[in-house]
Amino acid sequence: MDRNQLQRQVALMRSSLIEQVPNPSLPSLKLLVGYLDEQQFLQLEDLQDDVNPNFVEEIVTLFYKDSARLFHNIEQALKSRPVDFAKLDNYMHQFRGSTSSIGAIKVKNECNQFKEFCLAGNAEGCARAFQKVKQEHETLRTQLETYFKLRRQAGLAETV
Amino acid sequence: MESGSSSSSSKVLMENIVDQPHVLAVDDNVIDRKLVEKLLQNSSCRVTTAENGPRALEFLGLGDHRHNALEGNVSKVNLIITDYCMPGMTGYDLLKKIKESSVMKEVPVVIMSSENVPTRINKCLEEGAQMFMIKPLKQSDIKRLRCHLMNSRS
Repeated sequence: MDRNQLQRQVALMRSSLIEQVPNPSLPSLKLLVGYLDEQQFLQLEDLQDDVNPNFVEEIVTLFYKDSARLFHNIEQALKSRPVDFAKLDNYMHQFRGSTSSIGAIKVKNECNQFKEFCLAGNAEGCARAFQKVKQEHETLRTQLETYFKLRRQAGLAETV
Repeated sequence: MESGSSSSSSKVLMENIVDQPHVLAVDDNVIDRKLVEKLLQNSSCRVTTAENGPRALEFLGLGDHRHNALEGNVSKVNLIITDYCMPGMTGYDLLKKIKESSVMKEVPVVIMSSENVPTRINKCLEEGAQMFMIKPLKQSDIKRLRCHLMNSRS
């Protein structure tokens, strides 16, 4: 695949990750629609420069590393009896903050659901909401990994 | 690198604010720390980050071990920006400690929070916070902050 084609793919994938309207010419991209908040994600990309050309990827990597830790804490807290809802709220607040910072709107929405159950002291509801959080989190990870891979390929193609 | 001139410390502060302010950014969230650091660096700021209030105080020489008392007359930083919600010492607690210090009380403190709570905002402003910002921060927020800083120094 030549450089132009790769760069077009990157651009298309990016706009699919962000925009609400899927691109009909690439059916596989329909799955990606609306995962990221345009403002926030584009802002992250704007922060990339010659000094930090992979800033977004670094932030995303950091996000997934940190969320692994928080998820572990949440899981432990959900297992303990009695359930400490204050702790759960705390951990989720941390995680939600991170999702907001990278613009992961679908994940953040699931976090909001979780918070509702937490405030209501509903452990079962929390557990279910947490499953959804994890699902969206994983889906986004896959999309972003593909996006970054494409981006790197497009970048490498430039130096040839 | 600190300026060695002691006779014009306030002039140095002014120059630093115009050229390359040294900012201390405090946030317990690793993503937000990295983000605010980059935003500030992109606005020509030198940045030191701290992951909590006690570490921030230590850096400022206000910690339990006040070994920097002699250097206290020239402030290490031109601005402190801190998250509000932090375990243990909140951003508000940190703000209070800074304002209680004869050395550091003139340094502007900005509070950030992901939550827009008017009583919280008022509380911080009343305690002497320069500004209150809602997360996630944007580059335009940092620009606005720098303008505000420069104006309030004149």
